[in-house]
Amino acid sequence: MFPACRYSLQARRCVGALKAVQAEHVAPQVYSTRSSSSTVPRITTHYTVCPRDKDPRWEGVEMERFADEADVVIVGGGPAGLSAAIRLKQLASQHEKELRVCVVEKASQIGAHTLSGACLEPTALSELIPDWKERGAPLNTPVTEDKFSILTEKYRIPVPILPGLPMNNHGNYLVRLGHFVRWLGEQAEEMGVELYPGYAAAEVLFHEDGSVKGIATNDVGIAKDGSPKDVFERGMELHAKVTLFGEGCHGHLAKQLYKQFNLRENCEPQTYAIGLKELWVIDEKKWHPGRAEHSVGWPLNRNTYGGSFLYHLNEGEPLVALGFVVGLDYTNPYLSPFREFQRWKHHPSVMSTLEGGNRIAYGARALNEGGVQSIPKLTFPGGMLIGCSPGFMNVPKIKGTHTAMKSGMLAAESAFSKITDENLQSETAGLYIPEYEEAFKKSWIWKELYSVRNIRPSFHSYFGLYGGMVYTGIFYWILRGKEPWTLKHNGLDSAQLKPAKDCTTIEYPKPDGKISFDLLSSVALSGTNHEHDQPPHLTLKDDSVPVAQNLGIYDGPEQRFCPAGVYEYVPVETGDGMRLQINAQNCVHCKTCDIKDPSQNINWVVPEGSGGPAYNGM
Amino acid sequence: MSARVLVGVKRVIDYAVKIRVKPDHTGVVTDGVKHSMNPFCEIAVEEAVKLKEKKFVKEVVAVSCGPQQVQETIRTALAMGADRGIHVEVSGKDYETLGPLQVSKILAALAKKEQADLIILGKQAIDDDCNQTGQMTAALLDWPQGTFASEVNIEADMLKVVREVDGGLETIKIKLPAVVTADLRLNTPRYATLPNIMKAKKKKIANVKPADLGVDMSSRLEVLKNIEEADAGGAVQTNTEGLSSLVMEQTLRPVKSGSAPSPIQTRPM
Repeated sequence: MFPACRYSLQARRCVGALKAVQAEHVAPQVYSTRSSSSTVPRITTHYTVCPRDKDPRWEGVEMERFADEADVVIVGGGPAGLSAAIRLKQLASQHEKELRVCVVEKASQIGAHTLSGACLEPTALSELIPDWKERGAPLNTPVTEDKFSILTEKYRIPVPILPGLPMNNHGNYLVRLGHFVRWLGEQAEEMGVELYPGYAAAEVLFHEDGSVKGIATNDVGIAKDGSPKDVFERGMELHAKVTLFGEGCHGHLAKQLYKQFNLRENCEPQTYAIGLKELWVIDEKKWHPGRAEHSVGWPLNRNTYGGSFLYHLNEGEPLVALGFVVGLDYTNPYLSPFREFQRWKHHPSVMSTLEGGNRIAYGARALNEGGVQSIPKLTFPGGMLIGCSPGFMNVPKIKGTHTAMKSGMLAAESAFSKITDENLQSETAGLYIPEYEEAFKKSWIWKELYSVRNIRPSFHSYFGLYGGMVYTGIFYWILRGKEPWTLKHNGLDSAQLKPAKDCTTIEYPKPDGKISFDLLSSVALSGTNHEHDQPPHLTLKDDSVPVAQNLGIYDGPEQRFCPAGVYEYVPVETGDGMRLQINAQNCVHCKTCDIKDPSQNINWVVPEGSGGPAYNGM
Repeated sequence: MSARVLVGVKRVIDYAVKIRVKPDHTGVVTDGVKHSMNPFCEIAVEEAVKLKEKKFVKEVVAVSCGPQQVQETIRTALAMGADRGIHVEVSGKDYETLGPLQVSKILAALAKKEQADLIILGKQAIDDDCNQTGQMTAALLDWPQGTFASEVNIEADMLKVVREVDGGLETIKIKLPAVVTADLRLNTPRYATLPNIMKAKKKKIANVKPADLGVDMSSRLEVLKNIEEADAGGAVQTNTEGLSSLVMEQTLRPVKSGSAPSPIQTRPM
């Protein structure tokens, strides 16, 4: 748009380079290896890193935003957000009050970014919608059989699942969570909730007194180099009395809010895992609908937390949902969660199920494992955190959906009484609702999470996996988590990687194309896509850090932990050295890079709405 | 000018989604799969709205044929600037056999009913790649047609259309009323922004049945079988680049000789 400015910027760089060469009297080859910011190719062009107010290309562009008012705005159309929306509308109709509830969701349709095992405990659902069965909720597969194994390279050691152990699934349902979330969305719409899929909340808005005013959706029509296109349009502002943030695990707005309101000052850093999942249509003879299988052990060593799940779904065709979870506190930068997953499928006990079958879907998402130790402050003036965003997953049960839904319901109940209180004198323009946190601490979520608080940290000893299992057996199964101490986690996941020189590479087997597959064909199955001409949404605070630190010290772990092949270190076109190439179009919004980057240089921000994976019932 | 434009929009499976053939080979899996407006239809809507903004056209009417879900597609067209929508309800067996012949009959009937002066359609849909609806509609109405348009201008009561043809660009002048089908380079469609989606909820979508328009929905084609492209022995290509290369691959794909009636094609993967 302003070619003159761009030319002079390049010209200025060339002149500067020439001057440096002349001053130093060095040969051109030596100069090119000197690392200065002018020789690092520009990667990040997003406006959160390169501000637009001083950028000449944005001069004169209309930046005014259209604004609208609602009573409650909910960020994220997942189980937590939709449960909160439904609960608000239930209370409104019960008390004959009018309430405008808007839900913004970055996926193109509700459920398209949802990924989970999943085994659903119907407690929260039955509280929210007691007649869910009559309303056609897609809970079609009650669990009939639980299998738990410890795997070695060739063998499977069965472990009995006695009643009382967290992995006992009696009374639970195997679901395709994406379809369940879609059904929740339909229920919400029937009750008058305004759902806006395809619009991502990109910015938190604040009142003058510092309380949260609402959110603004993403701008559209910005070119890859950060300049405005002809179709540029500003996002829209949605103002609310209170805003609920239900972005799921490691939400990008929540990350900002932690800093803004100091919400994490009295809790441990959150710890995470990455879950990769596939859907397979298998041979009918091998299909046992209602069977939930879990395993630990091979191919991970005893000090790397993780395991697998394989659920036989009863949805018309012989479908299994299977996947692999790896704790993101792993220490070896050569570990690739994707390839561990592909390798695990070759275990004889898994191959026997998958042989002759067909893979039809793939996806990945980070999940939180911190439990009560990592729960931040949940409320702040103008807003509340719900669902997996603050993180309520019960790790040994590997279930977080029921607690996410309940947290949404609790938030809705405390918000409703405050919003409809005509005599309320609020100190801040955005409502501050500490009642939510009090209700949370009195609820069954807290009791449940408190009783399992020591199981995940118990894996951090020298005995690793086996220490953890023994601890679970003694303290959870027998004593029900009543021990008076609370174990700590190890700190930030991103700080756990050891330098590459201190670790051994891992030789992964080549994918055979029938049971195991390569990364790119898997990414294609996720249906992910983004508008090609937009700034990469994987932003780097400093473009020079990846090659200098991530590649230099840790051999580029992002090439291995990204389940979508977004990060690649490729040779520079001219001269020596490598550069980081970001294939932002492949991103499946799992958030693992933001979590595990050892330099914490990657900041995931939301891309243009309706981009990202197109999961169907994952 | 006080012309009225009819724009046809089709709801298709999103171009980035991997297609799966149903286990019984009667079609492709559509339940829960991400759908969006056919990219060429987006271009058509954009052109109609541009003509309205240039004051050549008074009203833009968006039309779609299909079950309840196509209302989302019409809403997107309304959010882009169309004034009102018409949903032609077609569902069940009729929807499975819905093709260019039936749609062109419906559009022709609607054009007469709504007294449209111009029909703009996408040149083809990315699920069936037929490239027939525009041409059939023009023939049924006995209207001139400007297909594969990469530029459209109104001059007096004539339409100047620049067409993309194999040999390059061809410029024709046709009389209104006419049918125009949009090609890739006609324009860059605008985004349907959230405030416009909210406003679109207030715009009207009328419901019409094909029987009301006197259209016979029976199909002259019978789909025998759908098979995966890999099984068909064709070349499977990975497409990650975007729309222009998608179009390139479509035109470069070899034609299979002596094959059964064309199944719903799996797009190049």
